[in-house]
Amino acid sequence: MTAFFQSVFGWSYELAWFLSTIAGILLIALPLMLGVAMIIYVDRKIWAAMALRRGPNVVGPLGILQSFADGLKVFLQETIVPTAANKSIFVIGPIVTFTVTLLAWAVIPFNSGAILADINVGLLYVLAISSLGVYGTIMAGWASNSKYPFFSAMRASAQMISYEVSIGFILICVVLWAGSFNLGTIVEAQRGHVFGIINGFVANPLLFPMWVMFLISGMAETQRAPFDLTEAESELVAGYQTEYSSMAFALFWLGEYGNVLLMCALNATLFWGGYLPPLDIPVLYLVPGVVWLLLKIFFFFFIFSWVKATVPRYRYDQLMRLGWKVFLPVSLLFVVLVSGYLMYTGHFA
Amino acid sequence: MIEVIAFYLFAGLAIVAGLNTILARNPVHSVLWLILAFFNAAGLMVLLQAEFIAMLLVIVYVGAVAVLFLFVVMMLDIDFATLRAGFIRNFPLGLGIALVLLAELVMGVGAYHAGGLQLGVADGHGAAIAGASNTAAVGALLYSRYLFLFEAAGFVLLVAMIGAIVLTHRERGDVRSQNISRQVARRPDDAIVNVQPEVGKGVQL
Repeated sequence: MTAFFQSVFGWSYELAWFLSTIAGILLIALPLMLGVAMIIYVDRKIWAAMALRRGPNVVGPLGILQSFADGLKVFLQETIVPTAANKSIFVIGPIVTFTVTLLAWAVIPFNSGAILADINVGLLYVLAISSLGVYGTIMAGWASNSKYPFFSAMRASAQMISYEVSIGFILICVVLWAGSFNLGTIVEAQRGHVFGIINGFVANPLLFPMWVMFLISGMAETQRAPFDLTEAESELVAGYQTEYSSMAFALFWLGEYGNVLLMCALNATLFWGGYLPPLDIPVLYLVPGVVWLLLKIFFFFFIFSWVKATVPRYRYDQLMRLGWKVFLPVSLLFVVLVSGYLMYTGHFA
Repeated sequence: MIEVIAFYLFAGLAIVAGLNTILARNPVHSVLWLILAFFNAAGLMVLLQAEFIAMLLVIVYVGAVAVLFLFVVMMLDIDFATLRAGFIRNFPLGLGIALVLLAELVMGVGAYHAGGLQLGVADGHGAAIAGASNTAAVGALLYSRYLFLFEAAGFVLLVAMIGAIVLTHRERGDVRSQNISRQVARRPDDAIVNVQPEVGKGVQL
């Protein structure tokens, strides 16, 4: 886009770069916010359907404008900062959660070459940014100066650290096979990966278990049900969000769903071929890559909603056991298996 | 132009954050300022085109180490008055450490300007591998030339980790641990008994 601005308007490189980056950020952030609003509606509809309820059906046709009505309501509410709270950190907490959610989308490839920041270390960047996400929760929980949010913050930090370790090992398997940290290269490495026709690492028998573990770790990392112990309503009221109201609460809400969408996008990009169609057949390439990516994101979001509607919440010790005693050893074993297989078949030669 | 703006932004913020780390009265604020300093240091690394180091800095220090710092500091019940009482007594020690650090900085900058730095391979050439990305270059060096040191560092960390576990582990006899696989393998037949007791008689469990 920088070259386009330079050639059409005759601007200097700096100005063209600046404006094209701003345009790229807006092109990602605004549809993402709209997508989050719609996906909250979709989540509630799926959840309602599985519980044999109607779900939101009053505002707009089929209740499709429900999220916007909720947003307006929240916007008009009074912002309350508890007197005992640590005010500056109390306000920064939701901002951090929301910002971090938007940051990671910079390296997701939406189509061949359509990446805002096409950097060498894209996957490491995603890991780095997602490890920042916990700070919003910890800051909110501590600054509220209240017991339930504090317990919630403690749970959140322990939970996210536990699952990031196994996510790291799972990603190493993908990186070994793709030979790059760049997300665009990882997607291209999946073109015709199995039998020369299936696009996606997921059909590979050595990487399929890794995808299953990545999906489950993703749920734990984004604190979705059945791992939503940070906001377990029967124990902790609303967890770290208890003391929040108005837009600060809405920022947490948006950040949470933005993170879920990001996890779905990572599942699609790392294991299911990202913007590539499922099969390497020329006629499927007539559909734009971004449509395939969105379809995959939507499919994974359906799985997330499905799990939320059907699986009961884990107990905290079971959550820790799953992370440290099951996922960590198994993912470590698969790093050895995958690298051994790749060395044996001369993948790196 | 953009690089200059970015450098002064990151460097300025790093200095402000570093100062606030030691000046903040609340230890939790201190750790949060420290995290901001780490983050800006990572930004400076990106400007030096050491993107791999920058990402590691964020993942390891911001993502793991600082979370544990924050964890510990939040749990501590700190009395600020006693904390600040020893300031005058410890001042000479602190001044001494500051002087040593200053001397090291001066010597480092001096050595850099004298052109005496011999980094990379033995004959003094830079270690950069032409055409390879940052990550690939670090990996190639780490797993060939510095393999032994790398593995040794790994073993030191492993020993430290096991040592920490051994030192803090205490055997507790009053805990009922669960056998998850036994719980999962349990069928309804094992747990439910159908009996039809006569009136006035109990059930043997």
